Amino acid sequence: MKKEKGVSVTLISRKKLESFSTDEKIDYIIKEVSKGKILVLENGLTPVEQSALIQQTMAKIDHDTFIGIEMEGYADVENDGNMLRKILNKIFGVIKKPRMTVIGPANLLKTVYKDNNVIQTMIITGKGAK
Amino acid sequence: MGVLERFRITRFALWIHRVFGKRHARIGIYGPPNVGKTTLANRMLMDWAGETIGTVSEIPHETRRAKWKSNVKIENGSSSLVIDIVDTPGIATKVDYKEFIEQYGLDPDEAKRRAKEATEGVIEAIRWLESIDGVVLVMDSTENPFTQVNVTILGNLEARNLPVIIAANKIDLEKSSPATLKSAFPQHPVVPISALTGYNLDNLYTTMVKHFGKRRRKRK
Repeated sequence: MKKEKGVSVTLISRKKLESFSTDEKIDYIIKEVSKGKILVLENGLTPVEQSALIQQTMAKIDHDTFIGIEMEGYADVENDGNMLRKILNKIFGVIKKPRMTVIGPANLLKTVYKDNNVIQTMIITGKGAK
Repeated sequence: MGVLERFRITRFALWIHRVFGKRHARIGIYGPPNVGKTTLANRMLMDWAGETIGTVSEIPHETRRAKWKSNVKIENGSSSLVIDIVDTPGIATKVDYKEFIEQYGLDPDEAKRRAKEATEGVIEAIRWLESIDGVVLVMDSTENPFTQVNVTILGNLEARNLPVIIAANKIDLEKSSPATLKSAFPQHPVVPISALTGYNLDNLYTTMVKHFGKRRRKRK
């Protein structure tokens, strides 16, 4: 079968993500993204995992083949300033859960727009892409 | 020492004492590249120690190693305290040396060296989160605040329960919109400032006292 040219976009389920340890999750993301794939995570990374991913990304940057990642996810629900939600969360001890996140190689994925409810990205093919 | 300066130092000394309950605290200045972290650090240090900490440049990643000024003595009436101010490299998810060449005219070798050092700086800045007691998070009020870097830094500070104040910098520029930052991060105090001109720096210190004093009382 002839291999099609294009950019791979992979949606990763929460179940699969939960089967990974933090290190495995970060290794998996770096490995896939450095191969030129774009990932959409049903459950994003915790802030601490995000910073670990940034650190590992920096360590892997190669001037000519990998310039880093583009990563965008929604802010945590609890941090939207809603006082009632904050009170309920305090009473019932709701655990913060990371939300949907898109991650891709920085030379392919560009964020066009982002606010609390919308993330708009663009996949750059051809010039600029690997 | 002028009356205003003496007032500012005393108020800050009280803030440190309220927030950290100790006489030695480490304050990190964090944010993405080119938001004015070093300009603010220089301003703060000029206020408290009469010196600067680093050079500033329009080229991103000018600060590529964390710099700190230890043992800045803050006088508070008859007593005194000592703080460390840490100016951290800008945190980014990508570093492309070609941008330094195409946008800022650096030669390729210099651009590659800068990019390499910048990646090391990002790692170092994140590592410093383990060793600080409070953060002034600097954002560019002319830019969209909903960047992942801002969200990641704030999330980390919240996860570590570190007190944070957002300094909405560059309000001297026409297209600045500190109100956008306030609506983006309603859960944190946002203080519009111009680190370049020094505008509203007194308000930043006053907000520190109010906000962190309240947080400490809540914890008791």
